[in-house]
Parts: sequence; structure tokens; C-alpha cells
Amino acid sequence: MTTTKTLASSRRTFLKGAGVTTGLLIGFHITGKGVVAAVPGQQFSPNAFVRIGTDNLVTVIAKHIEFGQGSHTGLATILADELDASWDQIRIESAPADASKYNNLFWGPYQGTGGSTAIANSWTQLREAGAKARALLVQAASAEWNVPVSEITVSDGVVRHEKSSKEQTFGALSEKASQQQVPEKVQLKTPDQFKLIGRNVNRKDIAPKTNGTAIYTLDISRPGMVIAVVKRPPRFGGLVKSFDDTDAKGIKGYVGSVKTPRGVAIMAKNTWAAIKARDAITVDWDDSQAEMRGSEQIMAEYRELAKTPGLPARYDGDATTAIAEAKHTLEVSYDFPYLAHAPMETLDCVIEQTDQGAEVWTGSQIPTGDQHTVATILGLNPEQVKIHTQLAGGSFGRRATSDSDMVSEAAMIVKASKGNVPVKLVWTREDDIQGGRYRPAYHHKLKAGLDDQGNITGWQHSIVGQSIVAGTAFEGFLVKDGVDATSVEGAVNLPYDIPNISVDLTTTDVKVPVLWWRSVGSTHTAYSTETFIDQLASKAGKDPVDFRRSMLKDHPRHLATLNLVAEKANWGSPITEGRYRGVAVHESFSSVVAQIAEISFDEDGVLQVEKVWCAVDCGIVVNPDVVKAQMEGGIGFGLGAVLRNAVTLDEGIVDQSNFHDYEPLRLTDMPEVDVYIVPSEAAPTGVGEPGVPPIGPAVANAIFAAKGKMVTKLPFSEGMPDLV
Amino acid sequence: MITFTLNNEQRSVDVDPDTPLLWVIRDEIGLTGTKFGCGAGLCGACTVHLDGEPVRSCQTLVSDAADLNITTIEGIDGKAAKAIQTAWEEIEVPQCGYCQSGQIMSATSLLAQNPKPSNEEIDEAMNGNVCRCATYVRIRKAIHHASDLMEA
Repeated sequence: MTTTKTLASSRRTFLKGAGVTTGLLIGFHITGKGVVAAVPGQQFSPNAFVRIGTDNLVTVIAKHIEFGQGSHTGLATILADELDASWDQIRIESAPADASKYNNLFWGPYQGTGGSTAIANSWTQLREAGAKARALLVQAASAEWNVPVSEITVSDGVVRHEKSSKEQTFGALSEKASQQQVPEKVQLKTPDQFKLIGRNVNRKDIAPKTNGTAIYTLDISRPGMVIAVVKRPPRFGGLVKSFDDTDAKGIKGYVGSVKTPRGVAIMAKNTWAAIKARDAITVDWDDSQAEMRGSEQIMAEYRELAKTPGLPARYDGDATTAIAEAKHTLEVSYDFPYLAHAPMETLDCVIEQTDQGAEVWTGSQIPTGDQHTVATILGLNPEQVKIHTQLAGGSFGRRATSDSDMVSEAAMIVKASKGNVPVKLVWTREDDIQGGRYRPAYHHKLKAGLDDQGNITGWQHSIVGQSIVAGTAFEGFLVKDGVDATSVEGAVNLPYDIPNISVDLTTTDVKVPVLWWRSVGSTHTAYSTETFIDQLASKAGKDPVDFRRSMLKDHPRHLATLNLVAEKANWGSPITEGRYRGVAVHESFSSVVAQIAEISFDEDGVLQVEKVWCAVDCGIVVNPDVVKAQMEGGIGFGLGAVLRNAVTLDEGIVDQSNFHDYEPLRLTDMPEVDVYIVPSEAAPTGVGEPGVPPIGPAVANAIFAAKGKMVTKLPFSEGMPDLV
Repeated sequence: MITFTLNNEQRSVDVDPDTPLLWVIRDEIGLTGTKFGCGAGLCGACTVHLDGEPVRSCQTLVSDAADLNITTIEGIDGKAAKAIQTAWEEIEVPQCGYCQSGQIMSATSLLAQNPKPSNEEIDEAMNGNVCRCATYVRIRKAIHHASDLMEA
């Protein structure tokens, strides 16, 4: 997929290549009308991550996309702190596609965003970039004032020499700094020296997101551009036999249609004409290779498959014997549906062919993949493909596809239509809900044994479902001995001290395309493991928090996070009549989150989640308010799904189509949320996803406390319809 | 030709009368702050004010907006709008931000008519606006805060 160097060598290249260049660099920004304007300015570029202008503005180059998680602000904060810049002088710009400089250090040669890694992988890289840029400014001041480097201080964007009362801005020093030699080594700050990290500096993207000026891919317009929508096969794996666009020809603005590997692409001069023309076109489909099963049949097959063990994912001790010899046993099975990501901005991409190659505007989650895919389809070299990463209206995993889903589709349209005008591909909400790439459906079977003291002696966990990464470029990294790590994460690393544990996986072959969905494997493994624990606690006659505590002696982060949330919620003390509580704790993406949900039922017995207490250990916190926002958002995202979201298929055709039958969480569903952060001096870990996994099981455990029944078929609207 | 007033400017467009106002605003006029979310009046991302009332522009035919006053996120002004936008910034409501134009149009309309809304009144006015980032805790908080700002 790419020929970029390995992690180690590319980091060396970066450090070596941090040589100083100066001169007229051209910065680009998208104007309100989506026009690319050149802004000439004197810029000092100490390294790939920062430019300092003579106007005293500091531009941080963000290698990760901003699609809501505040990553741009976080990345800039890390660099700005070591630079000792003033937050007001910081600007943020998206990096171009260039994996030699901007690869995700956790992903080897790929530039991309995902797995809640943006802050974690950039932490040391951006601190060094900031510290080195700072060193050059200090050296410049030292040379100009003829004073020792050791006597110079920097704070809030000003370089000072106290003794002589001299001071200069970064902008004033930038030209001189550009002539300095980058030091080999720099001293990074200790946490007590942080000035911006750990503070609630304001997010840089907020103002444009409150006045309509923030630009997303859908807002990009290019001269002569046509809008394309695609009529896709009604069944996954279906193909176009033929199509007839006679009835579309009378539609004002209709340009034409072309057959592509993804379906029939309909082009028009405006979006409405494209949508109307699509309705007017008839297509004859070839379903000979298509998935014809319904979701009920698929799940019935999964239940059968769960009767025989799959491939081993974890085998500690002898769970089978331990359970056979146990005093009490419990077996519970769970069904999890397909889920759509449904980001507010549906998928979209603009591609324009130029004399030099092609330019792409999109919410690029994996620029390396997008660049190579467009190059392959259009017969270009990757370097000829310029990616303009846009703000994206959410993703939740949807924009991170190994085959560059919407980008490849747009490129196919450009190719099929001979590519003489720019194309904006737009997905409608129906395309989004029915377009596949779902969180896979899974079936889980859990079995455990308890001794006469109520201790768990054996634990068997079988998981059945599709692999997200099989057949993709990620397979090599994530599938080992036939086990897709994303199918079993959260289950294989069960934190509880149980002497005999087995986890096995049966990977199924279904043609419904699947994908990671915010928190990936933990979307289902946290639910099954944490609700099973509560059912075992009940059987053992133990308090759910105490039961967990007794099994977490080797997992101090889990224990501390659980203890914090229990303390803040006053777990164990009397609560309002008619209210019930449930708890869950789960690690994902190296962060630990514990939540306690308090629920009630209205006069019709309908569930209301009243309040959620949330504790998170995500290492050093770059921006506490952003962490809080991610926990709030993760809770809402997860809650909406467990309450009522499912994509179902009838003879291979998706039943749902829009927000009326795939209804997201709404304001009235949202609980009050209190977030508490576990103090830490460890390097930062992710926050975009880890807020999601505990909410489902915490609410289900509260329902279990209230009703004595566990919801084992998701969503709740299916498993306990009276509640929703 | 269909004529209407958009953000205090008179506009004429030559489009099919069945074109939703949303696509006229975005594709013909070129104002992109109003967003497409569902095309079915289910999410509120496309909310604009039509003669001062919040409407879903994806469900409003341009012919039905003829001769009327349309206000989009780019054109909102007045005490309620300013208070809402200030509160949205201070509380840092947006995450991905895509739905927020619609949220702000609905919230502005609520406060313009009811400067001191209760939680139930907020529920009623805002439940049609979906936020997939689930910024709802902050939306509620920001509306109360904006209400306080208006009083101050």
C-alpha cells in the first residue's frame, strides 16, 4: 500500500530533517466559498509541525483530522507548551498527505487517525518539535543580545533577558532563528512546568462552529463542479447489469450517469437534481454474488456456531474442568446487532484533476490510503495526489476504511466520466444507513463457575461474528493465528483475577461489509463481560462494586478508577425511591473508564437514564474540558445505540433507511453526566472512544438491579421492548 | 424566477419550484452554514428561520418561501442570537460542529420567544435537533446560560 519507511527510520529522518529553512512559504486556507487562496508570508519553519511568521503567529501543523474530539486543539497545546507560546498566537492547519513526516507513530508507515491515538502517538513527537523550535528562538536571542543562552527565559510568546531587560516576540526573532542550528537534544519540561497542558485552553474550532463559517467537505465548491450520487445495489455484493436513465433526462440540471464498480453514478449540476435523477433511473441488478440472508437467519447460524468452540484467543488454566467442578454455574448468551455509525455529515469527497495530478478534499482519516487509492484508480503517482483534509462532521470509525470508501468511489466516478470536471460525491442519509460498513453483529456465550465462597473459579467466553480486518491492509497487523484482535479485545484482557479463563472466536463469512465503530471490540465485549459479572455477583450474593474490587488486585488503574466513581456517586448509600443503579468498568485504547448509571421508570414503565457518574484514567490530561466532553459524548453515543439502534436485513436488504427507524439519541434521552479524572503522570492515552463501552453495561446492570432480568438481546428495544 | 429575502437581501433564483430551500441556499446562493443531515426533517441540521419561525429547510419547498424572509446561521442577529452564540462558545458546546448551526437556529428561536425556558420547554424546542456527538448536556447548559446572559 505504501513504500514509506518504518517507524524508527522515519523518526530519525524527521529529527535529521528538522534543518532550518527560511524564505517565502505559501500557506493555504479555504475561504468561505471553498476557494483555495494563497497567502504569502514570511515564515520560519523549524520542523514539519510548526511555522512561525514575522507577524508573530505560530501555525501548528496537525497530522490528525479534527472530527469532533478536539484533537487539533490538543496537538497544538502539546507543541505550544514546550514552545512557551501564548495560546492566542497559535493557529492550526491540517497537514498534507505525507507519511514520511506525518505518519501515526503507532501505525508504522501510515498517516492516519484512529484507535484514539492522536494525542498518545504525538505526545513526545510534538513536545520535541516545540522544544526544538523554542531552542532556536533562544539561540537567536542569545546571538542578538550577546548574552548566554542560560540567562534567557521564554514565556507566553515572549523571549526575555531579565538582567538587561531585553525582550522580543517570536515573530521578531523568527528570521534570525532560521539561521540557527537545531540542537540534537532538548530538555523537555517536567509536568510541574506545564503551562498550557492540563489547562482548559479554548478549543480553536469553536467560534467557526457557532457562526456557520466552519468548512466541511460538503461545503467545498470548485469551478464547473458536478454533484454525484450513486445508486448502489440493494443487496451487498450485488452488481449493475444495466440501467436506463430515460426518465432522468428531463430533469433540469441532470448531466448524465455512468456505471462504476460501486453502482450507477448520477451526475447533475446541483445536489437536488442529482437526488431526483437517481429516483428516476431504473437499474437491473445482478444478485448472483449478493448476500441473500436476513439478519435473523445470520444470528440463528451464529447461535449454532457458538455450540462448538472456536479458535483460542486466550487460554489460562482449565476453565472447562473448573466450571464442571464448580458449586454454582451460570450460562448467558447475548445477541448484538449490526450498527451504523451515522455521522451527522454523511460521506462526501471532492476530486479535481489538474495538470499536475489530482486534488482531493475530504474528511481524510487515513490520508496515506486515500492518496494511494486515488493514485491507483486515476493512474497517477501518489505524490501527484494532493489531499486537503477537511473538518469532518463526525466519523466514529466510518471514514477509516482500508479501501478509502468514499474517496475511491469519487475517483471511480472521475475516471468513468473521463474526469474533465471536478466531482463532488455526496451520500444521502439513506445511503449512509443502508451502505454497510457496520459494527458487525455478534453472538456471545459466557459460562462461569463459582465456588462455595462465591469466587469465580472458571470463565469461558465464546464469540461468534465477522472479522473487521480480514481481507484488508490491516489484516497483517491485527490477525494472529486466525484470531482478529478487534473481535476479542475487551474479552481477552478481562482484568479480573480468575484462575481459569478461556476466550475463543469463531469468525464468520457474511457479505455484509463491516467496520470499526467507536470503541470497536469493546462495543460488545464490555457489555457481555460487565453484565455477566453483575449476574455472577448476584448469584454470589455480593455487591457489584465489592465483587469487582476483590478481583482487581493486579489492576490498580481499574481499581482506582472504580473506587473514584464509587466514591463520587456515594455507591452503597441510600438513593431516591424508584431509582436504581448499575456500574461498569472497562479498559479500551489504554484508558480505563468506570461509570455508574442511575435510572428510573416513568408511569408507563419507560426507562430514563437520569444520571451517569464517570471516572477516567487517561494518563496526563492535555485538556480536562475536552476529556470531559469526550466522556459525555461517548456516553451519549453508546447509550443511543443500546437503547434502540439496530440495522436489520430482510433477505439481504437493509430494513432501516433514515433517522425515523434508526433513531439516534435525542436531548430528552441524555442523562446528566459528572466526569472525574484520575490524577496521573503517565503519558496520555486515548479519550475519543473509551467513554463508550461502559455505558451499555452500566445501564443494563441498573435494569438488572431493578427488574432482576438482564437484557441479553440488543438493543433494549428488542431485548426488553417494554422499557423503550 | 422565485424571489425571497435572505438575510435581509432580496434574492431571485431560477430553479424548479419543488427544490427544497436547503439546496437553494447551499447550491444556488452558496451559503454553506446550513447543513444537510437527513433530507427528511428528522435531524434539524438544516434549520433556518422563515419569517422568524424555525423550519426544516430540507422540507420547505423554495416555492413556499417565495416573498418571505429567510434567515440562516450567517444572518442571525439580535439579543437572543448573540446570547446563544456567546454561550455556545463559553461552554464549548460543539464537537464535530456539523449539527450546531441547526442547534443554534432552534435555540435562538426558543429564547427569542421565551427568554427563560424551563427544562421541559428546552426539551420541546430542541428534541428535533440531533447531535451524533451527543453534546446535549452542554446544549441544555448553554441555553440556560444564554438565558442568564440575556437577563444581565
